[in-house]
Amino acid sequence: METLHVDLDHALRSFRLSLALDVAAETVALVGPSGAGKTSVLRAIAGLLRPERGRIALEDETWLDTASRVDLPPERRRVGLVFQEYALFPHLSVRANVAFGGRDRVDELLERFGIAALADARPGAISGGERQRVALARALARDPGVLLLDEPLSALDAHTRRRVRGELREVLGELGLPTLMVTHDFEDATSLADRVGVLVDGRLLQVGSPSELVASPADAFVAGFTGANLLRGVASASSNGLTEVALDAGFTAYSADEARGRVALAVYPWEISVAREAPDDSAVNHLRAPIASIVTLGNRARVRIGPVTAEVTTQSAERLGLREGEVVVASFKATGARLLSVE
Amino acid sequence: MRPSAFGVALWASACVALSFLLLPIVAIFSELTLGELRAGLTSEVARDALRVTLETNLVAMALIVLFGTPTAYLLASREFRGRTLLVTLVELPLVLPPAVAGIGLLAAFGRLGLLGGTMESLGLDIAFTKTAVVLAVTFVASPFYVRTAIAAFEGVDRDLVAASRTLGAGPARTFFRVALPLAGGGLGAGAALAFARGLGEFGATIMFAGSLQGVTQTLSLAIYQEFDVDFDTALAIGALLVVGSALVLFAAKVIPAWRRSTSTSTTLFAPSASR
Repeated sequence: METLHVDLDHALRSFRLSLALDVAAETVALVGPSGAGKTSVLRAIAGLLRPERGRIALEDETWLDTASRVDLPPERRRVGLVFQEYALFPHLSVRANVAFGGRDRVDELLERFGIAALADARPGAISGGERQRVALARALARDPGVLLLDEPLSALDAHTRRRVRGELREVLGELGLPTLMVTHDFEDATSLADRVGVLVDGRLLQVGSPSELVASPADAFVAGFTGANLLRGVASASSNGLTEVALDAGFTAYSADEARGRVALAVYPWEISVAREAPDDSAVNHLRAPIASIVTLGNRARVRIGPVTAEVTTQSAERLGLREGEVVVASFKATGARLLSVE
Repeated sequence: MRPSAFGVALWASACVALSFLLLPIVAIFSELTLGELRAGLTSEVARDALRVTLETNLVAMALIVLFGTPTAYLLASREFRGRTLLVTLVELPLVLPPAVAGIGLLAAFGRLGLLGGTMESLGLDIAFTKTAVVLAVTFVASPFYVRTAIAAFEGVDRDLVAASRTLGAGPARTFFRVALPLAGGGLGAGAALAFARGLGEFGATIMFAGSLQGVTQTLSLAIYQEFDVDFDTALAIGALLVVGSALVLFAAKVIPAWRRSTSTSTTLFAPSASR
């Protein structure tokens, strides 16, 4: 199987995009805040943006090498790029859109993506989820060696999004192509990608499997992105051998991590338990505050207590009779409180 | 609800403006009986002028579209130094007095002009010929097309052009299969505007091509020649030009809308902001 090699260095508006990444037969998600340079990476690979310095190759096929002045135009790079808003040709039918990439497998692709019935429709007349499938079919019609997906689910509403995410996971699994996907949604990244790369201000902050990122986030951004509560405060040594953090929100918390000065304390919602009175257990951190909100998502309830959000089962929430406005105690262990440096 | 003083002022101003603009047009038609109109239009002067006008304008339009389209695409799709200057140059004939266009064309292509010697050695003498009419019309009308065409190409979503490239189409195929069809409405409108301008061309033509009946005398020139000879014929030709110009202008407004409704779609895919 071919591997995509990417090594880029390019000045963007307010920072330098500088990253090196290899993508084998896997799906890698590039995540990060808006304007971090994620889309520029895809455009550079596709040949739509020429980086100042860099090398891009699919196995031994060099697409770009600024050192030896190689720069293939987009039409000579075997990429399938799915644009954020799909960029379907509005003046062509679904069939003609797919055939634009290559005529050989049009019927097979229309069939496979369940859009054969829409073959004669214009893109303007079909739904968002259908457009996504047309865009994917069109990108694959070219028989690409690399698949690039720019925010593949962001143009969809929440309901369609869940279904299309499932379809996409299946397709990516079957294709087995080196796939690089850009997203700002951690849930999309965890459900679709084998590895996640966190891109902030043009630099890869951390690359790892979704569970690695959750287990040891490299910094406050990664922790927040993966869903942790972030509590800012000042860390100092404590007599009990732990680090004491005076939180800006007014509480004091303890962590097993070593740190001094300004920090962000990260704790995942599922590591926080909720009780009426502070329990006599191994947790050392107890925040007493009224419940600000309760949001139920299937069998889980997200309970906002003071500065943190706790995730408990709906069953527990009912058993405890949690109501908005009631004062409860949120508890978590010092070992579940990670201290991360902040800029 | 009582209309405000401001509302009344707006309507009053609009009435004055519209009356003033419509009065000459109404006058052309009210001064003519149907019989005079028919007689005027079937006169030899009018028939010759119509033939010359159509022949020269069609050739001019072909030249404008053939050279103007690639020029507009280049100016719309490439970033380079001096681009603004080039766009300004292309648009210059829009604001140039027709007399300047006429003297300029004479100075360039006339017997004693810049290219006069070269053309003479090739046995070409174009001043006061039909070719001269074509050049004059092309010169004054082309900015109307090129300007609109640049805007039409700029209105094509860049992602669609990029998508075409990543799907394996080179720059030429991308132009013909994506940019051209999507800009088609705007190009049609631009062509209609240029055609309307060309139909009425007067100043540059009379200086560079003269007013020879059956050779260089277009409809506008025929009106000018006839108005102190046979006022009714002049009026009849005027009426013909009013109707022709109005139809072309109407086409310029309708073509883009019609193209949009048959070829494009929702806001999601509408070629970006400038549309």
